Amino acid sequence: MTGIPYLVRARKFTMPVLVATLIVALAVCCSVFGGPGLVRQLVSGLMLGSIYMMVAVAFTLTIGVLNFLNFTIPTLFMLTGMVAWGLMAKGYINFAGGWAWLVALACGIAVAVLASLLVERFTFRYLKVKHGDAIEHAIPLVSSLGFLLIFEHLVLISLGSESHRFFVPFKADFHVGNLVFGIPQLASSLFAIVTVGTLSFVLKKTNTGRALRTIADSADTALLLGVETKKLVPIVFILTGVMAGLAGALFTVNYGEVSPFMGDNVGTKAIAAMVLGGLGSIWGSIVGGLIVGVLETLSIYFFGGDSVQMVVWGALLAIIILRPQGLLGVAVSARSRL
Amino acid sequence: MSGYTAGIFAIFCINLIFAYGIFVPAASGQINLGGAGFQAIGAYGAGWLSSVGAQPMWVTIPAATLAAGLVGFLIAFPVLRTRGVYMVLATFAFGEAIAGLLLWTQFFGGAIGMVVPAHIELLGIAACALAVTLFVFYLMATRFGMVARAINDDEAVAVLMGVNVRAVRVAAFTIGGALVGLSGAVYAHNFSFIEAQYFNSFLSMYVLLYVLFGGVQTAWGPLVGTSIFTLLPEFMRMGGSWRYVVFGVVIVLMMALRPQGLITRALVEKLSPRRLLARQLSIESSA
Repeated sequence: MTGIPYLVRARKFTMPVLVATLIVALAVCCSVFGGPGLVRQLVSGLMLGSIYMMVAVAFTLTIGVLNFLNFTIPTLFMLTGMVAWGLMAKGYINFAGGWAWLVALACGIAVAVLASLLVERFTFRYLKVKHGDAIEHAIPLVSSLGFLLIFEHLVLISLGSESHRFFVPFKADFHVGNLVFGIPQLASSLFAIVTVGTLSFVLKKTNTGRALRTIADSADTALLLGVETKKLVPIVFILTGVMAGLAGALFTVNYGEVSPFMGDNVGTKAIAAMVLGGLGSIWGSIVGGLIVGVLETLSIYFFGGDSVQMVVWGALLAIIILRPQGLLGVAVSARSRL
Repeated sequence: MSGYTAGIFAIFCINLIFAYGIFVPAASGQINLGGAGFQAIGAYGAGWLSSVGAQPMWVTIPAATLAAGLVGFLIAFPVLRTRGVYMVLATFAFGEAIAGLLLWTQFFGGAIGMVVPAHIELLGIAACALAVTLFVFYLMATRFGMVARAINDDEAVAVLMGVNVRAVRVAAFTIGGALVGLSGAVYAHNFSFIEAQYFNSFLSMYVLLYVLFGGVQTAWGPLVGTSIFTLLPEFMRMGGSWRYVVFGVVIVLMMALRPQGLITRALVEKLSPRRLLARQLSIESSA
């Protein structure tokens, strides 16, 4: 195995350039062959894709570092939106000025991070019992499914099952030619890219990031070399909570609506995005998220709304069978994890 | 038996068959999070044969079971190349893709669903569930069951002992697929109406949790897990969402305290009548 096989590979700026080129090429193709309708679909697909991208990065972090498929991420996403709405609707946050929504969303993200830490307690800290058979790896996964049920149904009990409008004071659109860009959408896409970029930098350059990558490589060796794995595992969960929470906040602002089930669809699509791009590779998740977003809007455009699930999951199944390491995954890392 | 109790019992039997379909691969160390996909194949297969083909139930149910088994067999080869988290993801993707396919194609009614004319009575469902339970108990007592357990406990040693791991895994996955398909066929004939939205990822998840809660070491696990989570909430009259919160808490605590599941091999050994009798005798002889 040469170097660090996954999470962040030292490719300098080739990946961002590749992604940007791909997007531009797609846009040119669409505008040449499909006309403005198709370009609009592409833009909204990329917007949606940037949400998937953030959630997929949250998934890939826990898989890359801890080899743990964290099924609570969709509920962390949902918690942010629902808690923010609940705080405003029940009148806990109602001061003058137009920033109440922002404070509410910040509280929502804080709740998501706390919930993520609670999950850490019960999926990693207290799991001492080892019985060493083939499905042992599934224990944290099963706990996270339990937490998914707990969080989702607690929200249903306390806040009801209807979807609600989340009022955001700005809703300005601007036009470039005959394309309509929503400012929240555009801002959230930029914000998503900045967040993912920051995370990527933290993992690559800082000491914490280096330690996390060591754990990803081999938890036992990291421990032997003096990396304090016990202290670092919560950091992974905090980052997961922040990413999922931010994605939830951006989704809420973008679509102006929250519901207890908003995480289910986004969460499963993000899983698809992560696998499509390659498990444990952050750039893989970014590319995968954008691809799934575009695939979704384009399949609605061409085949109608009912086709989305089949197109996305069919593509995913094909990837798993033909190229299990994903589009950008490294074969070595896939083999060691398989 | 009132209609309400009969309804609960029917759901219990269907879930039990489903759970055994998840248990058989799980006993050999494979987690299938795409159960709903296999159930959908069984349900739609039986429904289509019954409504369009106008076949009687003794044709539709075995045919649907075989179809799901065949799909399980075919999907087993690519899926079993994957392991661990990847296998969970691959089966999950399979379930979602099947539900998506059914939702999209007009051939099976799409989002509108499908009406299944032939109706199966409770007695028939119970007979199916009983037969499946006995079959799985028998299967786990054969050499196949022993080898499956060996693979689950330590694959490397099983290979060293000359076990054809791949063949056992494919067989377990195929049998599991067929059993889940059977549960789908029975579901279709009992509820007389099927729609793709029912076969979602939550269904796969619940049944997997029943099985892992009960424990995959012995065939008692799915029986106990399904009974506890299907019947107990009904008898306790626990309504709506609280039921799921309690379910979630129980699962989380179980994974923290006893991750091998409620019923383990050691427990069954300890409670077996033969062992109890032996202990009784030894106490008597020492006294």
